Amino acid sequence: MDALDVARWQFGVTTVYHFLFVPLTIGLSILVAILQTLWHRTGNEKYLKLTKFYGKLFLINFAMGVVTGIVQEFQFGMNWSDYSRFVGDIFGAPLAIEALVAFFLESTFIGLWIFGWDRLPKRLHLATIWAAAIGTNLSAYFILAANSFMQNPVGYQINPDTGRAELTDFVAVLTNKVALITFPHTIAGAFLVAGSLLVAVALWHLIRRPDSTDTPAYRFAAKFGSWVTLISATAVMITGDIQGKIMTQVQPMKMAAAEGLYDTESPASFSVLTVGSLDGSRELFALKIPYLLSYLSTGDPNGTVSGINDLQAQYTAQYGAGSYTPIIPVTYWSFRLMIGFGLAAAAIALLVLWSQRKGRTPTSRWLLRAGLVMPLLPLAANSFGWIFTEMGRQPWIVFGEMLTRDGVSRSVSMAEVLTSFTAFTLIYAALAVIECKLLIRYAKAGVPDLTPEPDPDDTDDAERPLAFAY
Amino acid sequence: MELTTIWFLLVAVLFTGYFILEGFDFGVGMLLPVLGRDDRERRVLINTIGPVWDGNEVWLITAGGAMFAAFPEWYATLFSGFYLPLLLILLALIARGVAFEYRHKRPEASWKRRWDHAIFFGSLLPAILWGVAFANILRGVPLTADHEYAGGFFNLLNPYALLGGATTAALFLTHGAVFIALKTVGDIRDRAAALAVRVGVATAVLAVAFLTWSLTIRANTAAIALAVAAAVALLGGLAAAYARREGWAFIGTAAAIGLAVATLFTALFPNVLPSTLDAAGTLTATNAASTPYTLKIMTWVAVIFTPIVLAYQGWTYWVFRKRIGVAHIPPH
Repeated sequence: MDALDVARWQFGVTTVYHFLFVPLTIGLSILVAILQTLWHRTGNEKYLKLTKFYGKLFLINFAMGVVTGIVQEFQFGMNWSDYSRFVGDIFGAPLAIEALVAFFLESTFIGLWIFGWDRLPKRLHLATIWAAAIGTNLSAYFILAANSFMQNPVGYQINPDTGRAELTDFVAVLTNKVALITFPHTIAGAFLVAGSLLVAVALWHLIRRPDSTDTPAYRFAAKFGSWVTLISATAVMITGDIQGKIMTQVQPMKMAAAEGLYDTESPASFSVLTVGSLDGSRELFALKIPYLLSYLSTGDPNGTVSGINDLQAQYTAQYGAGSYTPIIPVTYWSFRLMIGFGLAAAAIALLVLWSQRKGRTPTSRWLLRAGLVMPLLPLAANSFGWIFTEMGRQPWIVFGEMLTRDGVSRSVSMAEVLTSFTAFTLIYAALAVIECKLLIRYAKAGVPDLTPEPDPDDTDDAERPLAFAY
Repeated sequence: MELTTIWFLLVAVLFTGYFILEGFDFGVGMLLPVLGRDDRERRVLINTIGPVWDGNEVWLITAGGAMFAAFPEWYATLFSGFYLPLLLILLALIARGVAFEYRHKRPEASWKRRWDHAIFFGSLLPAILWGVAFANILRGVPLTADHEYAGGFFNLLNPYALLGGATTAALFLTHGAVFIALKTVGDIRDRAAALAVRVGVATAVLAVAFLTWSLTIRANTAAIALAVAAAVALLGGLAAAYARREGWAFIGTAAAIGLAVATLFTALFPNVLPSTLDAAGTLTATNAASTPYTLKIMTWVAVIFTPIVLAYQGWTYWVFRKRIGVAHIPPH
């Protein structure tokens, strides 16, 4: 272990942790906005109850996303200062724009939404949750454009005097084909999580409290969440398929590493499960679907998929001696776990819809158990997707331009980065426990009873308590 | 004006905005155990900033992002060099931000007490450390010829920087007390106003000492004028607080913080991080900057979106303009 390893572990831990909250913020902000819109349009109180109920869960999660997000921006400079120097001319701009255009919108309007129930006219109050939700989704685009530059650098040149990357075409950075496909894939993945949370909580109430007067609200939430889950699962698959083909073009090594494909094959079969020796020299057991990998990577069932050994030889010739191969067990398994967990969530969503067919109320204990783990599945799928795409880029920090080991801060000591890694891990672990307990507590409490909303135009009553206060 | 100068100015404006806005948030947090005698009063205090603290903190994220985009060398050297202070600031901001949202989520007194500690220390620590950091930026730090920080943690804790930390903490405390007096009704308002004057006098002494020391390190005419204006604004704010003109008092402390930050940036220019070791290591607005192409794009983005942000953030303050008191705090 040296400072580089610890800095990498810290980036991995803090980023995966941050991204446990981001998908729910992205997905749930829109779903809550839709619920509030339904209430606004129909006047049906069931939607208002669901808005307030899921809104509370959303905010418990939102706070964590905000505070862990600041760490991300600071971390580039703190632990990866040589990386920041190398790409700052390109990478800083989307980050700054993300803050100015998206985070201000998100944070300001979320404050208005939380505290504005009795201060704003209804329509305007509805607009505030939409503004916050749009800000949240917009922020995803800019940060993914920045990340896509690391996967597939475009719109730049290397300054021969400074050795730094310089921006030549900002539109090219924002329309990087990796960014254009990663954005819908990530957003769909986020809705997979949010839809699953809707289902899990509603299902728990439907099965445990079938006599509740709020059953119609939970029925709606379970159905709505299931449809969101199924539609987003479909979108995840379609976008993932396109993404795989683009990845094969721009980062062929990542595709080969996803498959543990050592030798170039045409046609190549997709390994559902392979047990072999870690260095890939011997295959002990394999379950394979013929032609599928060729189709996934190239769109042609007989297409050629480059293997790790050939790519390694090609990169050695191109970039000089060294290993250009990611850690294969990590990429191989994270790729499979991403797909497997995502599909499992979609399968449960189908079961939930089936259990409610023709007005039935679900009663199965097994379905309840499946429903409770349901939100964890796409959450894990999201994490493994990121672990795959970031670990699959290694040893590069910017593909083809800078190695990860060259990006680390030279002036930061092992003691410093170890202190930082330990501190973040401890505070994040403590907050995770607190957050989960709060989420469960508020999820169990169920939809709130409605108190009549005071009229925002009635200003006479100066002593009237606030509709909401911390 | 050169693009690099414009961006130096923009980064300065973003940090100025951040310190004025989150300054009173920090002040409210530090005053939580002082002015909040029971849970209801503490909730009044927290709710004066409840709807706005998150938006205020985005000023920091934007300032950091602007620094990264416009001056990558400055961002990289500063953030890796000031490692432990920034780590402490991050941990503090994490605990404090979560505390605002989670404190009221359970009724137990022990639960609330723990989050009250998080809010207090989460406000106190950054309030001190931002002063330490900016004092060190002005004073200069040991940098090698290739702009790497060559000092340790304790290098940053020199007497001048510690005075800077005490000054920002005191300024934010006064600013927070004035803000509470402006935003509350009843007994808590009177106590906040009285406290603002008492703390304010000590703050004025600290601020004058710190600004004078700063100007002996590096100065120009404009910086001296700004420092004098900062002192005048602070004294004017205190006089207004004494006279219970709370709106004017707030304008006074806000202007004092803004002018003090402007003093530091003006004295610093055209350097952004001077080196005390190797003169070649000094980072300036020119040698730390991005390419003109990047700066041009960012200028367009800033010109279009900054007024929009200011408009809706200003509107938020208008929506939540009413004073609150214990009577307004709903039971759980």
